[in-house]
Amino acid sequence: MKTCVIVFPASNCDRDVAVALEKMGASPKMVWHGETDLPATDLIVLPGGFSYGDYLRSGAMAARAPIMREVLKRASKGTPVLGICNGFQILTEAGLLPGALMRNAGLKFICKTVAVTVENNETIFTARHTQGQHIHIPIAHHDGNYFADEDTLDHLEGEGRVVLRYDDNPNGSARNIAGIVNKSGTILGMMPHPERSIDPLTGTCDGKALFESLVEALA
Amino acid sequence: MTAFAEGISAATVREHGLTEDEYGQILKRMGRPPNYTELGIFSVMWSEHCSYKSSRRWLKELPTTGAQVICGPGENAGIVDIGDGQAAVFKMESHNHPSFIEPYQGAATGVGGIMRDVFTMGARPVANLNALRFGDPAHEKTRHLVSGVVAGIGGYGNCMGVPTVGGEVNFHPSYNGNILVNAMTVGVVDQDKIFYSAAKGVGNPVVYVGSKTGRDGIHGATMASAEFDDNSDEKRPTVQVGDPFTEKLLLEACLELMAGDAIIAIQDMGAAGLTSSSVEMASKGEVGIELNLDQVPCRETGMQPYEMMLSESQERMLMVLHPGRQEAARAIFDKWGLDFAVIGLTTNTGHLTLNYQDEVVADIPVEGLTEDAPIYDRPWTSTPKPATLKADACPPPDDLGAALLTLMGSPDLASRRWIWEQYDHSVMADTVGGPGGDAAIVRIHGTNKGLAITTDVTPRYCQADPIEGGRQAVAEAWRNLTAVGATPLAMTDCLNFGNPERPRIMGQFVECLSGMGEAGRALDFPIVSGNVSLYNETNGEAILPTPAIGGVGVIRDLAKRAHVALEETGDVLLAVGKTGGHLGQSLFAREIHAREDGAPPPVDLATERRNGNFVRTCIEKGMTTSVHDISDGGLYVAVAEMALAGGIGAALEAPHTNTHGFLFGEDQARYVLAVRPDQVDRILSQAQDASVPAQILGHVGGAGLTVNAGRAVSLSTLREVHEGWFATTLSTRT
Repeated sequence: MKTCVIVFPASNCDRDVAVALEKMGASPKMVWHGETDLPATDLIVLPGGFSYGDYLRSGAMAARAPIMREVLKRASKGTPVLGICNGFQILTEAGLLPGALMRNAGLKFICKTVAVTVENNETIFTARHTQGQHIHIPIAHHDGNYFADEDTLDHLEGEGRVVLRYDDNPNGSARNIAGIVNKSGTILGMMPHPERSIDPLTGTCDGKALFESLVEALA
Repeated sequence: MTAFAEGISAATVREHGLTEDEYGQILKRMGRPPNYTELGIFSVMWSEHCSYKSSRRWLKELPTTGAQVICGPGENAGIVDIGDGQAAVFKMESHNHPSFIEPYQGAATGVGGIMRDVFTMGARPVANLNALRFGDPAHEKTRHLVSGVVAGIGGYGNCMGVPTVGGEVNFHPSYNGNILVNAMTVGVVDQDKIFYSAAKGVGNPVVYVGSKTGRDGIHGATMASAEFDDNSDEKRPTVQVGDPFTEKLLLEACLELMAGDAIIAIQDMGAAGLTSSSVEMASKGEVGIELNLDQVPCRETGMQPYEMMLSESQERMLMVLHPGRQEAARAIFDKWGLDFAVIGLTTNTGHLTLNYQDEVVADIPVEGLTEDAPIYDRPWTSTPKPATLKADACPPPDDLGAALLTLMGSPDLASRRWIWEQYDHSVMADTVGGPGGDAAIVRIHGTNKGLAITTDVTPRYCQADPIEGGRQAVAEAWRNLTAVGATPLAMTDCLNFGNPERPRIMGQFVECLSGMGEAGRALDFPIVSGNVSLYNETNGEAILPTPAIGGVGVIRDLAKRAHVALEETGDVLLAVGKTGGHLGQSLFAREIHAREDGAPPPVDLATERRNGNFVRTCIEKGMTTSVHDISDGGLYVAVAEMALAGGIGAALEAPHTNTHGFLFGEDQARYVLAVRPDQVDRILSQAQDASVPAQILGHVGGAGLTVNAGRAVSLSTLREVHEGWFATTLSTRT
C-alpha cells in the first residue's frame, strides 16, 4: 500500500502516524505542505498537530496550503483520505467534511484515553472492527467539539456517516461525534489518535484495527 | 569621584542592579566609563541570574562527574551516556518571576526556553516535566496562577509535540507572593552528533536564526535577580511572549541543519538574549566577536543597540558556521520560513564589539563580562537543628480511615489529574509510563530501552533542616527512578531560594547544597546541569528553600519495569525499609494536627542505596512489577495510591501500638512491593541476605482498605476525595 503523510509547519503527529503505517506494512512518503504534486498513492493522511500554530482557527491555514489543491483533486477522484485530530480540523476547513471543530466545551486541552463506539464498520477504515464495538483510544486536543447544524447532523446519522461516537462525551461534540466520513465513505475525519494506540507498551491497541482495515482494503 | 559617561548617573547604575563597588570594577576593567549600551550589557551579564555570583562558590562543591557523564554543568544542558552510542540531554530551569507576573506567558516561555537548551545541543526533546509551587489554595491569586501556569505549560509543550510526562505540585503560603515554575526537558541524541557552544576559530560567520527581535523581555534577567514588592505587576513588560509555532519550526530547522556539519557552535538566546549568547560563545571559544547590529532582524523599527542586546524575545538562536556554509544553511531556514541573518564574525581581539550605523557602539573585553564577573562569598548562618517532634504532639486520630481520607484529599496529595490531562502526555507514542507514577517512563524511540524521569523535593524538610532536606531531595529522586526499575544516571537541579544577601537564606542555600552533594556522591548520582533562582521573596517574605531535583535513569529492557498499580487479588504486600514511625514534618502532622514543626526524617544514604538496589534487583529479576516508594503521607498513603491505580483494595496488618506512626510516618528509604504469594519467601530471604529490612504488610484484595481488619475505607470514597480536590478548588473560572 502506498501512502502519503502531509507535513504542515508544526504538524507533530506526522512521525507517529508514519511509524504506525510502517508497522502495518505500508511505506509512507512524507510530503511537505509547500509541494504542489503528490506521488501516486493509495491513501493520504493529514496528521495531528498544530499546523500554523492553530493561528486564525485550527486547520484554517493548512486547508489553504499549496499541497491541498492536489489533495482535493485526488480526494475528488476517490483516493482515500484519513484526517486525525488536526487533520480532521483541516478536512472540515477544506470543505471535504461538513461541520466544524470548536473549542472544547470545558475550554481546556484534554489528553486522556476515552471509550468510543464504532457506529459503522462498513467503511474501508473500520472493516476490521465489529459493529458497535467499544474501543479505548487516546484523545489530545483543544478544539474537538464537533458542531454542525441539525439538518447536517440528521443527514450524517441517516447516511451512517457517524463512524465513531464517544461513550462519555469529553468535549461537547454534537451527538457525541468523534469521527465522520464523507458521502462516499472515502474520507474519514476523527479526533482520537489511532496511531497512539497500536502498542501494548504505550497504552491500548484498539487503534490498530483502523490501519489493518485500510491495509486490507487498499493493499 | 566616580566617572560616568554622558547621560549616565549613579542612579542609572543603581537602576541597572549594579552596586557602587561593581561599577568601580567595571571602570577598572574598561579603563573608561561604560556608555549606556555597555552598562546594560554588564548589568545583565553580572546579574545573579547570568553570573551565579552568589552561588558559584558553592556550586563548585557539587559532584558533577562519573563514568556516565559526557557533559557536566556549564553548557546549555547536561549529557549522560545511555548506551548504544546514544545520550540523554537534560536540564531544569526556573521561570518563577515572570510566571507570577503573567502566568500563561511566563510558564509557556519557561517551557520554550528549556526545550531550546536541549535541542541547541543537537538532541530531539522527548519529554517535558515540571516542578510547580503555588501559595495557599485559599489565597486570592492562587487559582488564577495555577490555571494560567498549567495552560501555559500545556499551550507550549502540546504545540511542540513533546509529551509532558510528569512533575510535581505543592501548595504552601510561603509561595503566596512568589510561585515557582521549574521546567525540565529531556532529549535524546547520538553521541557523535552533539553540538557545543564554543565559538572556536577566527573569521567565522556568526548567524542569527529564528524569530525577529522585539522590545519584549528587556531586563528579564535583571528582574529575576531582585525581590518583588507590591508594585511587581508594573514589571509585566519585562515578561516575554512565547510562540510555540515558531519554536517547533526552529527545532525542525536546527535538527535538519545539524544532520550536516555546517555548525561550529550554537547557543540559544535565552536570558539576556543576544548579549549572553554571543558573549558565552566567544568566551568558551576564547575568541572575540564582532556584531553588526544593522543586520539583526527586528520586529519593529528604530530599535536601539541597547534594546537589541537586552531583548529576551523568544525562539532565537545564535550559531557560528564554517565559512562558506551560509547559503546551504540559509536554504534550510528559508524552507521553514524563519529569519536567517549573518550578523557578525569571530575575531582575535578578545572583545565583544558592536557596530551600529557605521559606529562602534560598544567594545568590551569578553573576559570582563564572564571570567571577571564578581563572585561573592556571602555571609551565612547555619539553620539551628530542630528538636524532634514529641510523640504526644501528634496523638493518634480517632479514626485512621478518616485521617487517610483527609490526607488523600489534601492539596499536596490530591490527584493531579486535573493538571496533567491538560498536557499532551502521549504524543510521540513512546510514553510507557505517564503522569501519576513514581517516575515517568519514555521509550527511546525505535528501541526496547527507556528513560525514567522524575522531579522531586520536599521543601518543608529543607526549611526545617536544610542539610537533611538536601539529602532527602536527591534520595527521593533516586528512589523514584529505582521504584520503576530504572538505574539512576544523573540529575539536574533548580535551586530556588530567597534573598542570598540575608545570612539565614544564604545558609539555607549552603546547607541544602551540602546535603545534596553528599547524597549525589553516596548514590553515584552526579549533577550535570542546573539553574539557580534567588531573590524569591516578596516584601521580605522568603519562600521555603526549594532545591528541585530532576532525575534521569535508564531501563535497559522495558519488559523489566514496575508501576504503582496493584494487580491481583491475593498478592502479598511487602514493605522494604525500616518503618520507625517518624511523624516530624510529616503531612499527617500538618494536615491532621496543624503542626509544621519538628525535625524531618533522617536520611541514611548507605541504607538508601542498599534498599534501593535490592528493590531494583527484585524488579529486574521479575519478582515484582508493582512497586511504590513511600514518601509524603507515609505507608498508608502509598498503599492507597497503589490501590486506586489498580482498582483493587488491600488489607493491612499494623502494630497495635503507635499504629498511626506506622501508617503515616515518613521514614526514608522505604518501598511497598506487591508480589505473588509464591515469591514472598524468596524475596524475604534475599532481603535478609542483603541486610535489607522487609516485612509482610498485608494482602491485596477487596473493594476497600482495612487496617487490622477494622472498618474499610471504600475505594470509591477514596477516589472521590482524591480526584475531587483540584476540580472543586480550581475548576471554577475566575
